[in-house]
Order: sequence, then C-alpha cells, then structure tokens
Amino acid sequence: MIKVCEAMVECLKKEGIKVVFGYPGAAICPFYDEIYKSDIRSVLVRHEVNGGHIANGYARITGNPAVCIATSGPGATNLLTAIATAYADSVPIICITGQVNSEQIGSDAFQEADITGAAEPFIKHSYLVKDGSQIGKIFKEAFYLAGSGRPGPVLIDVPMDVQNELIDFSYPKSVEIRSYKPTQKGNALQVKRVVSEIKSAKKPLLCVGGGVFSSNAKSEARRLAEVFDLPVITTMMGISAFESDSKRFFGMLGMHGSKVANRAVSECDVLILVGARVGDRAIGCPSEVEKSTRVIHIDIDPAEIGKNLRADIPLVGDVKTVLGQILKHSEQLDHTEWIEQIRGYLTAPPFSKPKEGTVNPKEFLSLLSDHLPRNTHIVADVGQNQIWAARNCKMYDGRFLTSGGMGTMGYAVPAAIGAKMADEQSEVVAICGDGSFQMSFMELATAVQHGVDIKIIVMKNNYLGMVRELQDKGYGGRRSAVSLDGSPDFIKLAEAYGIRGVRVNDKTSMERAFDELNKKGLCVVECVVDDDESTL
Amino acid sequence: MSAMKHTISVLVENHAGVLSRISGLFSRRGFNIDSLAVGVTDDPEISRITIIVSGDDHTVEQVEKQLNKLVDVIKVKTLKKEEKLERQLVLLKLAVPLEKRSEILTIADITGAKVIDISQTTMTLLLADTYAHVLRFEEITKPYGVIEEVRTGTIAIQKGAETMTFKK
Repeated sequence: MIKVCEAMVECLKKEGIKVVFGYPGAAICPFYDEIYKSDIRSVLVRHEVNGGHIANGYARITGNPAVCIATSGPGATNLLTAIATAYADSVPIICITGQVNSEQIGSDAFQEADITGAAEPFIKHSYLVKDGSQIGKIFKEAFYLAGSGRPGPVLIDVPMDVQNELIDFSYPKSVEIRSYKPTQKGNALQVKRVVSEIKSAKKPLLCVGGGVFSSNAKSEARRLAEVFDLPVITTMMGISAFESDSKRFFGMLGMHGSKVANRAVSECDVLILVGARVGDRAIGCPSEVEKSTRVIHIDIDPAEIGKNLRADIPLVGDVKTVLGQILKHSEQLDHTEWIEQIRGYLTAPPFSKPKEGTVNPKEFLSLLSDHLPRNTHIVADVGQNQIWAARNCKMYDGRFLTSGGMGTMGYAVPAAIGAKMADEQSEVVAICGDGSFQMSFMELATAVQHGVDIKIIVMKNNYLGMVRELQDKGYGGRRSAVSLDGSPDFIKLAEAYGIRGVRVNDKTSMERAFDELNKKGLCVVECVVDDDESTL
Repeated sequence: MSAMKHTISVLVENHAGVLSRISGLFSRRGFNIDSLAVGVTDDPEISRITIIVSGDDHTVEQVEKQLNKLVDVIKVKTLKKEEKLERQLVLLKLAVPLEKRSEILTIADITGAKVIDISQTTMTLLLADTYAHVLRFEEITKPYGVIEEVRTGTIAIQKGAETMTFKK
C-alpha cells in the first residue's frame, strides 16, 4: 500500500516526466512532499500562470505532455489563462491542482474554488478525483487524452485527503476510453479525391497550420510541397514549418499577414488547408474564399472542418498519417508558372529609416535572425512585437512559438524558459513588448534560479502599441489607458536579477547586442522603438 | 435558412458533472435548446440525453461535432422526423368544482390523459404524448383553470428495430 500522492509521482515517472513547473500551497503539499523525495526536477515559478506557459513551451518543443502544478483556490484559478492559452493552440499540458478535503467541497472552505467547473469551457478534459484507488487510471487517461487526437490541456484536481489515502497502486499498461477514438487514418476514398483535386488544379496553394507541428509532420508537409510543386503559406501557428528562404514559401496569411500570401489565397483555384482551423484573424472573410476557391481541408478535429469555411473535400485524420497516404499517390507536378506569378507580387520595401535614438524593430528582427544559429527557437509575445516577429524573423530549423489563438500577453518569457529547458542545445529568444514583458518578467528569477539561458528582446515603445494604433485609427486618436509611463529601466531591472542588459538605440548598439546575444548566459536587450511605429 | 427543430439523442457516461459539460457547451457555443431530458439507460453506466435544438442544418452539424468532442460523450445521433417516436410528459393541476368533475373525466378519456390525484377542489391529470398533442391538451383544459403545470423535456426513440444502443 502506498499513499495516493506517492502514486501520483510514480505515474509521472511512468510517463517519463523529468521536470514539473509549479507553485505549492497547503492543499498540494502532500504531492509536493513526494516530489521532493523523488528525482523529478521541480521548478518553482513566480506566478502559477507562468507554470502553465512554461509547460506549454516545453510541450511544444518535445511534442509530449508537460506538467504544471498549483494549489487549490487562487493557485488553481491563476492557472486558468494558461489552460485557455494551451487549449486555443492545442498544446498538451497536464495541470495538477490540489483541492480542499473532500468533505469540505461545496462549503466555501478556505482556498476552495471549483476549478474543474471553472476550466470546463476551455479544457480538453478534467478530473476531480474522488476515489484515490482510481489515480493510476486517471493519470493514464489524462496523458493519453492530452497528447492524442487534437492535443490539449487536461486537469486533475485532487483533494488533500485523497492525496493522503492509502491504495494498492499499479499503473495501467494501456488505456481504453470507449467514448474517445480520434480518427488517425484518412478515409481512402477522400484521400483519392484530394489527390485528383490537387492534380487537376491549375493554381493550387498549400496553407499549413499548427497541426503540422502537433502531428510532427513538418517533413511530410515539405515533401508534399516539393512533389506537387506547391506554393506555400502558413498561419501564425504554422510559421517555421517551412524555411524562410524556401523559394516556394510566401509567408503568413491573414489580417497581419503578408500581402503576397493573401493575394495568393484570393487567386488560387484550390486551397489545401493542413492542420489549420481557419481562425478569423487568418481568413477574415470565408465567404470570399468559398466563392473563388475549391477547399481541401485536412484536420484531425472533424469539428474544425466546415465550422468557419465550407470544405469541398473534407479529410479527417492525423496530419502526418494523412500526408503519408497522399504522398503514396504522388507524381511530380510542375507549377513553375504559378509560383513565378506569386513571386512577381513580392515587394521588398526597404526598412524605413528610424528616428534618431531609435531602431526600426522590423529591421532589427530581420538582422537579428541573420545573426542567430539556424536552429534558434523564437518565442513571440503578443501585440505589435508578435507581428513584427512573425513577419520579419527568418526561420529555418527552429520553432516559432507564440500564443496564436488566445493572444495571451506575457506568454513569451515563460514559454521561452520551457522551450530552452526542453532543448538546451538550441538558442531560444523571447521577443516581447514593454507591455507584455511587464506581465511576466518576474520569471527572470525562475530562469536565474535554474540557470535557464534564454535571450529576451524587449521592444520598448512606451505604449501598448497595438491598442494605441487601433485608438489612433479607430477612436479619433484618443489614447485611452495605453501609455506605459512609469515603466522601469529594463537594463537596470535585468541587472537587479544579475542578468546582462544591452540597450539598442542605433546601428552601433545593435551590433553590440548581436554580439552579446551570441554569448552564453541570460541577456535582456532593450530595443528602443519609435512610439508611433506601425504594426505592418 | 429556417430554424428547424431537431431531436438529438446523446449517450453519455453516467458520471457526475456530465450534464453540466453538455449544458455548458450549448450556452457557450450559442446553440438554442428548446428542451433537454436526461435519464439512465438499461446499462447503469450510460445515460441518455434527448435534446431538442432549434437551428439550421449547419448548426445541427456543429452541435453534433462539438458534442462528440466531449470525452464523456459516447454517441450522438440526430433522429430524423420519419424515423422517430417522441413523447413528453405533462402534469396538470386543475381547479375543479364538484359539478365539473365528470366533464374533466370526459376530456381525460378523449385525450388519453389519466387522473392521478383528486381533492375537494382540484384534479391532477397526467398526459404522456407528442409535443403537438400536449399543446392541444393544454388548450382544451385551459378554460377549467390551471393552477399548476409541470412538463418534462421530450424524449425520443427510433421506430421499429433500429437502436442507438452502445455495443460493448
């Protein structure tokens, strides 16, 4: 017989979990005590939400579920934004929360919150553990649910008394959930229809989304584009699926996307969506696309097909498996003319000259990526900085991570910590704004404490730039609650944590920053940007 | 597109919290529920929920797909008009003076309702029938003074040998 909390640690070990991210409290202490006794590395974050984001970055790089932990009540509710963020981007995280004693549930006890209820609208599945003997089955199911099908967050809420129950423990070898059978393999007939549709298309266009990463299908997607000679665009979640210097790659589509990508969408005759959910920021006017284009939609989640855009040929299945099936019917096509036509739309306006004492953030990010190794992971925050990064960072073998669906400010620093811990061989650069950085810079302490060598760029324009821009254009220039006056000196802030800081405000300091960024150890670069700099 | 009524049958795991997951899904996705009825099936581990939804075909397709995404949902089926039998149950308490009792008994006899309780001043009737017939029944009984009415949601089953039972 062992305690449930000890069994919980055993479950994590069986799932190959080496590190957990979280914040303890009374209701989760039995579990934390067992973590202490184990060889699982425990990372104390400085705010629960960032434990969720670190797990998010970690999971996206490894491709496997990562674990975050919080105590009951406020600890658990602080996790909600991280859960919603992971849900929107289909990232597999396991959230383990403490709960008040079983007999206190419903009594408004100290630090009691119905967290399974609160998380319900934006979580893949959740468990409130009432019977400790079920803990092995629950963990097994939770990891399976989080990582399979369309991945997503799963919550396990464990009352304190349950954590202390004694049980006969064994970890199930297999999992069987009769109501959950995600479709892996594509329907053979639909696969044939897709192939013939692509072969008969004159101007086919491949649009790749985050599902390509969820399914670990980057090489299949690249192969598909090669064989059928397709021009390629991505959604924001799909950035880095194709190398920026690929001759067939034309950038990101959508509201903040490249003109050439959007023009390709409006001129193509067959649009092949792969692991992309047609979000409103990607395709703002689906009815226009429906009018001019035949749509092939490949996704593991049948609910995404036909939700926002009519699909002429739906194909449900795991992207990697389905692309493999399609590639079996492949024959080399030639769309040189069509690709050249799109290439003709490319314009490379020179970066505008920045005001004295500032740098052009777009130029800075473009040059920065030339100075970084090809396998660097870029983690963009949310706001203008995100769009600057999405449009100007050149991606090769690293991942581009950002909170694409939920648009959660403060994501970059913690997610970069998670990404670096998952892949210590690669450089990881967080790109933040001065607004978003101030939502999570407390995690600098976490990075220092655990020696996580990330680089952080703070684009400082003294405003919540994207909202400022919206107010300038749509609200008569009334800048309501967007000034960031009162912000600290970010170089001094970095130094207070014992981190190197570099300020960039001209060409010379830019070069110095590139040198500093290539040295070992944490580094914060404050990039001084014109207050009125535009997003696009 | 017209907002038709659709009958959706859902087999779910008979766990705590499943009903709130289902009802929450409807409210947050903006689907309109006309009625919802839930009860355990012959398999005590499975409950069956019958939901009447208003919406066009696209809405119903989305309802089905979103329901299927819930891990506790085992099976979803929209029952077509020609293939289903539907019933709802109504309990009606009428203010009935002694001299009107026989009239009410006649109405009950014709409509297929049952008198399940009687007092000096009231009679309580039970009717289990289609939605349309329940509406007619209400019309007919209205003049007698309805004190209280309780209705269940509609439940439905397929005609003939067809079933949507979950096979283990």
